[in-house]
Amino acid sequence: MSRRTINFTLNDRPVTTDIGTHQNLTEVLQENFGLFGARESCGQGLCGCCTVLVDGAAVTSCLSLAAFVDGSKIQTIEGLADGDKLSLEQEAFIETGALQCGYCTPGFILMTKQLLDEIPDPDEDQIKHYLSGNLCRCGTYPEILQAVRLASAKRKAG
Amino acid sequence: MVEISTTTVGRSYGRLEGRAKVTGRVDYIYNLRLPSMLHAKVYRSPVAHGRIKSINIEEAVALPGVHMVVTGEDVKTVLPEPYYGPAFHDQPILALDKVRHFGEPVAAILASDPHIAERAARLIVVDYEELPSVYDEVEALTSEAIVHEELKPAGTFADLKHLSGRRDTNIALDFHLRLGDAEKAFSEAVHVFENTFRTQQTMHTPFEPMVAIADVTHDRATIHSSTQSPSFVRYELSRLLGWPESNVRVRTGHLGGGFGAKVYVKVEALALALSMLAHRPVRVAQTMEEQFYTITKHPSTFRIRSAVDGEGRIVGRKCEVWWNGGAYADIGPRVTQKSGFTAAGPYDIENIDIDSFALYTNRPPAGALRGFGIPQLVWAYESHTDVIARELGIDPVEFRKRNILRDGRPQAVGTVVKDAKFETVLDDTARHLGWGRSFDRGKGTKRRGRGIAIGFKASISPTTSSAIVSVNADGSVIIYCSTVDMGQGSDTAMAQIAAEVLDIPLERIRVVNPDTDVTPYDMSTLGSRSTYHMGHAVQLAAADAKVKLVAMAEEVGMPEGSNAPLPELFIKKFGMRAGTIVGTANYKPEYAPTDPETGLSPNATPFWMIGATGAEVEVDTETGDFTIMRMINVCDAGKPINPAVVETQLSGAAVMQLGFTTTERMIFENGQLTNPSLADYKVPGIFDMPVQMENVMIEAEQHDGPFGAKGAGESGTFGVSPAVANAIEDAVGVRVLTLPITAEAIFRALRAKDGVPLAES
Repeated sequence: MSRRTINFTLNDRPVTTDIGTHQNLTEVLQENFGLFGARESCGQGLCGCCTVLVDGAAVTSCLSLAAFVDGSKIQTIEGLADGDKLSLEQEAFIETGALQCGYCTPGFILMTKQLLDEIPDPDEDQIKHYLSGNLCRCGTYPEILQAVRLASAKRKAG
Repeated sequence: MVEISTTTVGRSYGRLEGRAKVTGRVDYIYNLRLPSMLHAKVYRSPVAHGRIKSINIEEAVALPGVHMVVTGEDVKTVLPEPYYGPAFHDQPILALDKVRHFGEPVAAILASDPHIAERAARLIVVDYEELPSVYDEVEALTSEAIVHEELKPAGTFADLKHLSGRRDTNIALDFHLRLGDAEKAFSEAVHVFENTFRTQQTMHTPFEPMVAIADVTHDRATIHSSTQSPSFVRYELSRLLGWPESNVRVRTGHLGGGFGAKVYVKVEALALALSMLAHRPVRVAQTMEEQFYTITKHPSTFRIRSAVDGEGRIVGRKCEVWWNGGAYADIGPRVTQKSGFTAAGPYDIENIDIDSFALYTNRPPAGALRGFGIPQLVWAYESHTDVIARELGIDPVEFRKRNILRDGRPQAVGTVVKDAKFETVLDDTARHLGWGRSFDRGKGTKRRGRGIAIGFKASISPTTSSAIVSVNADGSVIIYCSTVDMGQGSDTAMAQIAAEVLDIPLERIRVVNPDTDVTPYDMSTLGSRSTYHMGHAVQLAAADAKVKLVAMAEEVGMPEGSNAPLPELFIKKFGMRAGTIVGTANYKPEYAPTDPETGLSPNATPFWMIGATGAEVEVDTETGDFTIMRMINVCDAGKPINPAVVETQLSGAAVMQLGFTTTERMIFENGQLTNPSLADYKVPGIFDMPVQMENVMIEAEQHDGPFGAKGAGESGTFGVSPAVANAIEDAVGVRVLTLPITAEAIFRALRAKDGVPLAES
């Protein structure tokens, strides 16, 4: 199994790390950086539990070879809060009770961030379209829709 | 009824671990790594039933980086009797002599690099002599293919002992209930109805897959596991080891979902054996695919017959239920009995026969899945109820009301129902759906209809919960209990209960994750039992601590009512911020076992859970495709401890059951599962939600529940499937008898109804 060194920006810090070329980004974030907020579940890029933002766009890190993120800017759920201050999306998920077991929650929050960055005031179809690549086995979808609407309102209120 | 006034209980606090969950910092066991740990990967059987002739591990062992390859015979060198299971000791840690289902673990490979272990697993070569197989639960009754040569009941359940040594049968357990004289009722009936309903095999798919890390030294075993049953895992592993339970430690974190998949022993016994053989910590972490081979929900066949009099009253019912338990019994025999006795539905019927059979087949094992068999039963009896009402020309809600069980009347098992608001749940469902009012029935090829269904469940009984509530010298509090928070919000509920009893703010309470070295016994987190059982234990333990605090206050001259803050009390007693006050409690509700002859019991359950669903669907008559326009989920949760969390539970349970109703189905070809992945096994996504969904908790109180509460985690599943089927019949006049309800099934039924049936595919 061949190896190589890659450089990228991880949650606003430049990093250099040694990877196996067969390794996916989820594994590298976990094993090389101790970041477990992106987590592999279905292993096929269908559940969205492994979502991270690569150059601002949500990707399923379990299907992304780590070698390909060389030179990218990566944001994970761990980089979303500003110290103790949660992001508006994180606040909205807590306030609407939009989580149960929490395994899928980081993926939904990052997807919500990308949605609101692109469409600040989304309608229901747009919300569903953006969130359709994330699954919640606990079935928290009604609360998640509320959370996205609340996050949108919070961002508008500044 | 005494009005209970509370300040913390009954309010919708956010979950205690909410912040950890939105920041990705939750302590899932799947994320745990230990120093010097090895990763295990499992080689699984490609055949459904076969004798193992030889296992060739040479190539796998030779792969650079492989630490060890382990087979069933190797396991026997450290655990001489390597069979486990809650009801039967029938499941080998790794296959011995033969395999009984596709995907059964046959060998395990250990390596520091999980990718190497995975590659090595593909290098193992096993030679099988294939044996005749049986996959269908009804065929299993008479099949010549026998899954287990001899039954091996566990000693845990007294009522299974008589099965010991029974040979040449696939019946793991048969449960029979006889109430009144069903024969006579049927011979005198004005109308007799009969239907047979079937359900498919499905899987929980918890998003945190099953995982355990075992670390065994010469007299100490530590198991980190995503288990719902830490106390049972400790019991079972100590039995396998022949060690005292105090030498075995089982701990867990928050779980990324469970839904019944993670009850009893799943991957823990394998991790234990591998760590004993490797003398290192070993992690057994399943993939999503592997979960499908580990535990599933019972497929079932239910033949239901009803005798009805001239006034539309059900006077007799005969229920025959066959549960497809797969290759290993797991907790299936309990499903057969504990859910079996509710098979006649929430109706006041004086003459009932129930025959419920747990069957072994060559499918992956089946166990508990959110409802413990109840959704399979409700699917049949509530579809059947609508069939009767329509045949008799009686409004389906009116027909149900004519027959519904009411407080003070005995349920089929002989237990008088109490605090069980069947009629209110039914009425509220009808009211919220707008039953009886006219609605847009659609036109052309789009037709709308409405349906209602109501189900119920007894709590698994008798079971025990224990709790410790300790008060620190600064007045903060720690709760020690083995209830596992897998997303249902139990930590928050327990903290609210303790806060209420001790009259302290919720923020000053911490709930310790289950750890059998620290947290006391609990039967398991399953069957919606925790709020009632552990809720009681925490309430009593907190009250015990309070009594001790009052005594201490008196001792130091600070009598009750002096209102002195707790820290001052501790300083007065111990001279500084020191000391701990510990309250403890064990809670076990009263119970009367069922009679072995009649299956009857005067006290079979401490409480009843009731759930109903109303659905409005729109069916496309050209394709059979359908949309759920509205779904109303109603339950009796007593007085909820945390209404918002209970509502999310109700809603989430209904969404999960919607998957089991419409899209989820494990597909087998010659015993081989063809769709063990989320790509081909479709769980509900955001586009699968009903257009509108409403969740309602009725005004109710469980008189002996903690602050009037009872369990509710499963209630949302009960009515969903038959409500949808009933609405479809209301819309387009066809009846679906088998789950899942697909567009194809509806289209075929529509064509058959029009006299132009489609050829079988």
